[in-house]
Amino acid sequence: MLGWIDTIVQGVLLGGLYALYATGLSVIFGIMRLVNLAHGDLIVLGAFLILVLSTNGINIVLAAAIVAPIMFALGYALQSLVLNRTLGRDVLPPLLITFGLSIILQNALLELFSADSRRLHVGALDAASLALGGGIAIGIMPLLCFLTAIAVIVALNLLFFHTALGRAFRATSDDAETAQLMGIDNRAIYAIAMGIAFFVCALAGVFLGARANFDPSIGPARLIYAFEAVIIGGLGSLWGTLAGGIVVGLAQTIGAQINPEWQILAGHVAFLGVLVVRPRGLFPRAAD
Amino acid sequence: MPLLETHDLTAFYGDFQALYGISLTLQAGETVAIIGANGAGKTTFLKTVAGLIKAQPSAVRFAGNDVGSRPAAEIVRRGIALVPEGRRLFPSLSVEENLLVGGYSSRYSGYWGLKSVYQLFPALAERRDAPATALSGGQQQMVAIGRGLMSNPKLLLCDEISLGLAPIVIRDIYAVLPDVKAQGTSLLIVEQDIMRALSVADRVYCFQEGRVTLSGRPQDLTKDAIHAAYFGL
Repeated sequence: MLGWIDTIVQGVLLGGLYALYATGLSVIFGIMRLVNLAHGDLIVLGAFLILVLSTNGINIVLAAAIVAPIMFALGYALQSLVLNRTLGRDVLPPLLITFGLSIILQNALLELFSADSRRLHVGALDAASLALGGGIAIGIMPLLCFLTAIAVIVALNLLFFHTALGRAFRATSDDAETAQLMGIDNRAIYAIAMGIAFFVCALAGVFLGARANFDPSIGPARLIYAFEAVIIGGLGSLWGTLAGGIVVGLAQTIGAQINPEWQILAGHVAFLGVLVVRPRGLFPRAAD
Repeated sequence: MPLLETHDLTAFYGDFQALYGISLTLQAGETVAIIGANGAGKTTFLKTVAGLIKAQPSAVRFAGNDVGSRPAAEIVRRGIALVPEGRRLFPSLSVEENLLVGGYSSRYSGYWGLKSVYQLFPALAERRDAPATALSGGQQQMVAIGRGLMSNPKLLLCDEISLGLAPIVIRDIYAVLPDVKAQGTSLLIVEQDIMRALSVADRVYCFQEGRVTLSGRPQDLTKDAIHAAYFGL
């Protein structure tokens, strides 16, 4: 019994990591209906950038604080210089571009860092845990990851629902042409949205690298987990994305508890199961 | 110097030409109405002036500047707001948020703000937190006009603001236009209802198949002339 409670707690915390993977994907899909196939590789890129700084003696928190704004700038530039040129009714060009970007990133990282497995070390926090009593303990890093996911979602919801920029985001998402009539430059809005997605990728990179080994090839699998979290949660809702992440995380840990071979499979099965019961996800947005 | 002047304005949707050389002027303080049958190019003309459709830079002059090729977001900041056909409210925003988005570009203050728009349309103040699309058609049109005013425009373009509304509601909506003009905003109105257009406008232009077929002051235009210009008979 105790083992199961422990499994569930670990699964929920793992869900926080998947929510962090998925938040950026959810934001850009919600605002510009664009699926970024390089999203997983961008998380890996964030992890490598932080690795470079931390191997040069920079504290990992400081490294993340440096890398996150850099990632924001890269996202802003990608959207305004490349992806904004593909805006239009056709969904294929942006898909092809981000698919190409995914391949470029993987190969560039392979060239620069080799295929060796890497790890971000966070000192004493690596193995620190918090005893909850009754024989259950939770790792400090997974807990921090979960809290970071919640903090990111709270911050983004404050931005979207309580600021002029947030109103501009939602107006552009509703009707980009009419938003322009309000003086909103939709291309700038898209660029900021992509910047935010990249920023969150950097944060996700910290926990990707601190939780387990990473190498240049693991991006696409993170993309799939993120994608599943977004779809399970329902498009357009960030809290739904967190719930979706938790569903995938729980399914994976429960699957692994039954049989370690089932971990990855159980996550995908849970995804398909939710789609069968709730085709629009758990918390679909009322409109569209 | 006219506030708005278009000179031989042409506009295209892809290969399809919608406007064939429209020349129109509007003086500051004037109300100008555009009438014409469906497909005459009235909406296209307003969209081109508002910057949603690109034109030759010098084909549209506003307050002395060539603005024909400027993007819509810049045109609003220069002082032209469009109340689009079909209202086009933002469905995921509340009434008040729709109004606030209308003021997104006006960093400087003017007469129009939440308070003055609610004074103009008291019905909206009670529904300020409702989703904009939950309102009646007439109230939605009020939101659309209020949203346009929030940028404190020098020129307000109104595209078919009476469309689909009951006559009594149309009367209420037209009743606020004098208040709008009193704050120094000029009006360019597209209207299906010819009698309505003739009664509010200082001057009228009649479009037909992308060309101006008649223009003048309402009292100088005969019914037969308007009939001929409208239908091209």
